[in-house]
Amino acid sequence: MARVVIDGKSYEVDGRRNLLHACLSLKLDLPYFCWHPAMGSVGACRQCAVKQFKDDRDTAGRLVMACMTPAADGTRISIDDPEAKAFRASVIEWLMLNHPHDCPVCDEGGECHLQDMTVMTGHVVRRNRFPKRTYHNQDLGPFLTHEMNRCIQCYRCVRFYRDYAGGRDFDVFGAHDQVYFGRAEDGVLESEFSGNLVEVCPTGVFTDKTLARHYTRKWDLQWAPSICAHCGLGCNTSVAERGGMLRRVMNRVNPEVNGHFLCDRGRFGYERAQRVTEDPEKEKRTPEDSEKKGLSESSGSSGVKRFSEFSGSLCGLLIGIGSPRASMESNFALQTLVGKDHFYSGLSDLDASLVSLILDILRNGPARAASLQDVENADAVFILGEDVTNTAPRLALSLRQSVRQKALERIGKGGIPLWHDAAVREAMQDEHGPLFIATPYATRLDDVATAVWRAAPDDLARLGLAVAHEIDAEAPAVSGFRMPMNSMADALRDARRPIVVCGTSCGSVPLIQAAANVAWALRRQGRAADLCFTVPECNTMGAALLGGGRLGAAFEAEADTVIILENDLYGRAGAAQVDGFLGRVKHVVVLDHLRTRTTSKAHLVLPAATFAESSGTTVNNEGRAQRFFQVLPSREPVMASWRWISEMLVAAGRTGWASLDEVLAAMGDARIRAAAPPAAGQRIPRRPPRYSGRTAMAAHVSVHEAPPPPDPDSPLAFSMEGFSPEAPPPLTPFFWWPGWNSIQAAHKFADGPSGVRLIEPGQRGAFFREVPAPFTPRRGEWWVVPVHHIFGTEEQSAMAPAIVKRSVEPTLALRPEDASDLGVSTGGAVQCMLDERTYRFRVQLRPELPVGVAGLSLMGATKGVGLPCWMALRRA
Amino acid sequence: MLTTQERSAIEEEREHYPTARAACVEALKVVQRTRGWISDEALRDVADLLKMTLDELDGVATFYNLIYRRPVGRRVMLLCDSVSCWIMGCDGLKEHLKMRLGADLGQTSADGRFTVLPAACLGACDHAPALMLDETLYGDVTPQEVDRILQEGS
Amino acid sequence: MERPLTKNLRSDAPDLAETERVGGYQAARKALREMRPADVIDLVKRSGLRGRGGAGFPTGAKWSFVPMGSDVPHPKYLIANADEMEPGSFKDRLLLEGDPHQLIEGMIVSAYAIEANVGYIFLRWEYRVAAQRLALALRQAYERGYLGRYIMGSGFSFDLHLHVSAGRYMCGEETGLLNSLEGKRAVPRSKPPFPQSSGLWGKPTVVQNVETLCNVPHIVNHGADWFRTLSLSEEGGTKIFGVSGKVRRPGAWELPLGTPCRRILEEHAGGMKDGVRLRAVLPGGASTAFLAEDQLDVKMDFDSVARAGSRLGTGTMIALDDRTCPVGMLANLERFFARESCGWCTPCREGLPWVQRILDSMEEGRGQPGDIETLQRHGRFLGMGLTFCALAPGAVEPLRSALTLFRDDFERHLREKRCPWR
Ligand SMILES: Cc1cc2nc3c(=O)[nH]c(=O)nc-3n(C[C@H](O)[C@H](O)[C@H](O)COP(=O)(O)O)c2cc1C
Ligand code: SF4
Ligand code: FES
Repeated sequence: MARVVIDGKSYEVDGRRNLLHACLSLKLDLPYFCWHPAMGSVGACRQCAVKQFKDDRDTAGRLVMACMTPAADGTRISIDDPEAKAFRASVIEWLMLNHPHDCPVCDEGGECHLQDMTVMTGHVVRRNRFPKRTYHNQDLGPFLTHEMNRCIQCYRCVRFYRDYAGGRDFDVFGAHDQVYFGRAEDGVLESEFSGNLVEVCPTGVFTDKTLARHYTRKWDLQWAPSICAHCGLGCNTSVAERGGMLRRVMNRVNPEVNGHFLCDRGRFGYERAQRVTEDPEKEKRTPEDSEKKGLSESSGSSGVKRFSEFSGSLCGLLIGIGSPRASMESNFALQTLVGKDHFYSGLSDLDASLVSLILDILRNGPARAASLQDVENADAVFILGEDVTNTAPRLALSLRQSVRQKALERIGKGGIPLWHDAAVREAMQDEHGPLFIATPYATRLDDVATAVWRAAPDDLARLGLAVAHEIDAEAPAVSGFRMPMNSMADALRDARRPIVVCGTSCGSVPLIQAAANVAWALRRQGRAADLCFTVPECNTMGAALLGGGRLGAAFEAEADTVIILENDLYGRAGAAQVDGFLGRVKHVVVLDHLRTRTTSKAHLVLPAATFAESSGTTVNNEGRAQRFFQVLPSREPVMASWRWISEMLVAAGRTGWASLDEVLAAMGDARIRAAAPPAAGQRIPRRPPRYSGRTAMAAHVSVHEAPPPPDPDSPLAFSMEGFSPEAPPPLTPFFWWPGWNSIQAAHKFADGPSGVRLIEPGQRGAFFREVPAPFTPRRGEWWVVPVHHIFGTEEQSAMAPAIVKRSVEPTLALRPEDASDLGVSTGGAVQCMLDERTYRFRVQLRPELPVGVAGLSLMGATKGVGLPCWMALRRA
Repeated sequence: MLTTQERSAIEEEREHYPTARAACVEALKVVQRTRGWISDEALRDVADLLKMTLDELDGVATFYNLIYRRPVGRRVMLLCDSVSCWIMGCDGLKEHLKMRLGADLGQTSADGRFTVLPAACLGACDHAPALMLDETLYGDVTPQEVDRILQEGS
Repeated sequence: MERPLTKNLRSDAPDLAETERVGGYQAARKALREMRPADVIDLVKRSGLRGRGGAGFPTGAKWSFVPMGSDVPHPKYLIANADEMEPGSFKDRLLLEGDPHQLIEGMIVSAYAIEANVGYIFLRWEYRVAAQRLALALRQAYERGYLGRYIMGSGFSFDLHLHVSAGRYMCGEETGLLNSLEGKRAVPRSKPPFPQSSGLWGKPTVVQNVETLCNVPHIVNHGADWFRTLSLSEEGGTKIFGVSGKVRRPGAWELPLGTPCRRILEEHAGGMKDGVRLRAVLPGGASTAFLAEDQLDVKMDFDSVARAGSRLGTGTMIALDDRTCPVGMLANLERFFARESCGWCTPCREGLPWVQRILDSMEEGRGQPGDIETLQRHGRFLGMGLTFCALAPGAVEPLRSALTLFRDDFERHLREKRCPWR
């Protein structure tokens, strides 16, 4: 802590920060552009000038850039000093010299940091009489619109894209007052994090291309705090709607999870839900009955009535299948309805066993589940099996920061403040690591890896086990192991906060056990080693915590009626098996918002709410329970799955729930309840104070303004009224503050973490002792591992138009030698028989694959193949 | 495609630096020496050789005024337009060149022979006005001298 | 009067044998054999040598910030700044073309002092003759064992490379130079951290002007006291002064520091040409403030010129005569600075083009009321500390002084809506 005097008042601030950060944390208004809370200072824009005084006798002072000055104890500054104000106004005037006056047609208008700062500094009169420069704009692909004329050269975009996210196909060109930010030539931005440019850019150079298709000003949007539904990491988002249509997704800061950034899947994957919710009619979101095509009254109760009709009674031969992409509440509701013994987890059998192993490791072993923030701060990382950029994308961005930790420590000791980004990067140069990546195929993080290994999952597990043994002799030895790994073991042992990253994507139990052994070996050596396991879906961890029978057992179970919760079983098990099951059960009821192969086989489909239309809790890979909130007011007959089920309970004469809080109460886990405060007192408005058209927007229906839709499930209101300042982090719908219309307003809000961790480590120290045999390739057969794609593998985002444009064609990856033995080359096709069906795959050559191993894109139909597995391939 | 000579000249420059990237300005000059300017294709070849992306190399190439990313004439004239030369009449030379070549600063004569570019002080202020034609420096230049230089240079 | 820097200068550059005959590489031998690095630093400190690149920072003091010993980051680097692009400056070219071995020897001794094992000569592309001669001299020096491993049988190794740049004034700014050498855009780095602790590739680095380095062998050979007596002021040594503009004999001369400005103009440059009168001079290149006719008795050393309200800069003066429009001259200067701005910080990138456009429009008779105030504001807000590096502050030094000195001329442009000199 440090004492600083600002305009005559004394404050306590964090002395490790710079003055700009300190002032903003005190909620003082000081304009800036190039500084960013996650990216630090470079001092380029000169907007944050303040007057600094040597001591209380110094009245002259001198102007300094607050972002480049440490908040050292005893510092005296003035923000209000007339010269400082005049200089800051001048900086804005310079930035506005060439800025087009196109706010009315600019997508950033109303949430533009440049607008805010211009108003804040009081620059109102244009004195420049000379022409403005103009630039060519580029086509950067389906996610971003590029409008270079609006650029104010703050350099944040390159700093994010290159320095922070490691992208190399974007840069700054030219010199003096002709500086250009973009690509050398038009083309799709390669980085999986490009969408963050929308928020990083303080003006309208990079805007959300998907938003443009259904554009609405920020102030006219209704917002809700949400949790990303597109992978297991649970990044915090703000989602927005207007007129019943979902419009966009933005980042919501949770310092322990996503911080300031999202991945492009999370940001642009919403468009599937947008389509679904935009036109419920067209999307056939009415209860659908295969016998009586389309129920006449599209009301909730009619759906339930039909359901009760053909299920006869709600006891006896009723089973339920849960879902890793449905909320805790919906899964719990189904479990309640069908009873614990008849509830089956909706995970594939393989995933179920992997995730329960992970749970066991995290609950009983001594290593903690790492948050993304922990990963960012790790000083050594070992990735076992995971292609994180494609399985848990945001984690890759955190790992890119972790490789700087070792060097940061050294640089910090050398006296360079760590917020001084430019100096830190100069001092660091290309130094990175230690980061060890052991995966079956190349990953997008290999460029910052200290060393990479390519091997079959079993051999990777052997590597992990051998490392564990090297670190702690108590861990089982791996006989006949010959890969060099001592330097990795040393590096992990030398670290203070090492992390082992593993997950379910290879489908390998030994791999997960090996990861645990490494972390536990490090723990035994006194290192604060953590584990970071990725899981496939937004509530995979929650589903596993809730438990339930194996899906395979459900398929065998006696049942007249099955209720399938938000789940496409064809992605969980072989088609023949699912066909057999669905054909056998008399009544197949599916609750979903996606149309899937499973819904097409259902007798009754009940339209379930998407994440945007309902509230609930998901548990991320770290075991953190987080609440997402409804942003679209409910529209009959669509309901949250748990509400459908509640109505079923009521229909069966049992007690249902009127609100989410009641479901949470019934669940009885105080920690899950605490993930967000319950509905109470003054409500928090979902709409900004300047929301327009409230009284007019429904005038074609009635000139009497309707009351806001009720929301029994949250402390939020579908309204502009209520009390918004300082809503607790889990309940902050959007970042807005007087004078701060852009997302930069985030610093005005409490910056504490949100969500509640459900899993804390135990004491068990016993290593896993089983060592898999070395992988033995087979003749004419390949061990086919799943290849995950950030754009395409995850079900809910895969159909979003912008994501579709970025998806690759599914392929089977082969070693070039293997391909030529089969007589195929890239683009050619191979086929194989599985489950009595013939599959055809296009071939892609990947020389780095281990001998005997192939990789198959996990998308659509291949999800039910049951990867990994042996496949006999033939030329097609 | 880079020629073998270009390649080996670049690799020789590479020896002087601990990183490949550091040799990029030299590498661009190597290519420019033989081809006059840096085409997109040449840029890509150099980038590949130095394990840089196109974007990274172009970011550097477009920063430096003596790396030409557009075609230039067979000979390049750098006309100093800094203060001493201005006092001593470089604007007159510029007008004279424009008349003779039909090309203003930054342009190439219609016959493709000369490109005239403005240059920062050439360090020949004691012989202002000064200019360079390719690698040769001329001082105390008069319009008559310009005519002679153009004749020699063609 | 002694002229250590220029006494061996030859229009075709002396070769190594000749250099050795007149005492070349004696200082290197002496330093490496008889002195410890700390002794050299101490000697240079006592000599009072100040940087000749423009800022006049004491050289010995700069060296003493370099971390020393065996457990500091290495290699450390020494860089000769031979980017000379300041308008009006042409002094380093003389040294580079006329006596390249002097610079190489200066670098060996200086590198030894700071225990740097790698050096670069950062040369602007346009200095073609210098490039050839330096390349040849480097080859000779390597062949003779003056460069490379275990120089002259000592334990000291020094590899020296020639880097030829590709334009841009910003490369001369020492941190921009570092980025440029790393193959990046030549935008500056902030100080602190200073290059002496974190410089080229993050390693301790010293950047020194050519003329500064050329002084070092002579200091080692003749001592600090001798060096101090060369000067006519408190600051040690000689300085290469130059004069350009409409003087009778434009040129450059090595003279004692502290030689009065008027004497240089009149005795060495021969006074103004017939028919023109002197109005003012920029004493040390384009980024120094004008000295008016009545200030010309100032002694040309760092402190005296600073007291007179300007800077010694590079010591190469540009004379403004009464037949040249001061507004036009300023427009020319600011065009240069606007064009050479690196584009990193706002005030310089956006402010200088605005200044330039206003000055151009005044020259074209389209100036407007308020323009002078806008120029004044830029003079203030592009000052030291407000921009990221010293380019813009340098750019507004002549502007600021011109607005005072030639206020009438500016107003006449606005009043008459034309340039009175056209
Ligand atoms: C824009 C700018 C350009 C500069 N150009 C040069 C140059 O060409 N040569 C030079 O020696 N110093 C130049 N300098 C000064 C250097 O930054 C640095 O101070 C100098 O090289 C240090 O050497 P010295 O201490 O020996 O003078 C320039 C400074 C600025 C701000
Ligand atoms: S003052 Fe700013 S824009 Fe100008 S050269 Fe320096 S850093 Fe670049
Ligand atoms: S925020 Fe401080 S200079 Fe840009």
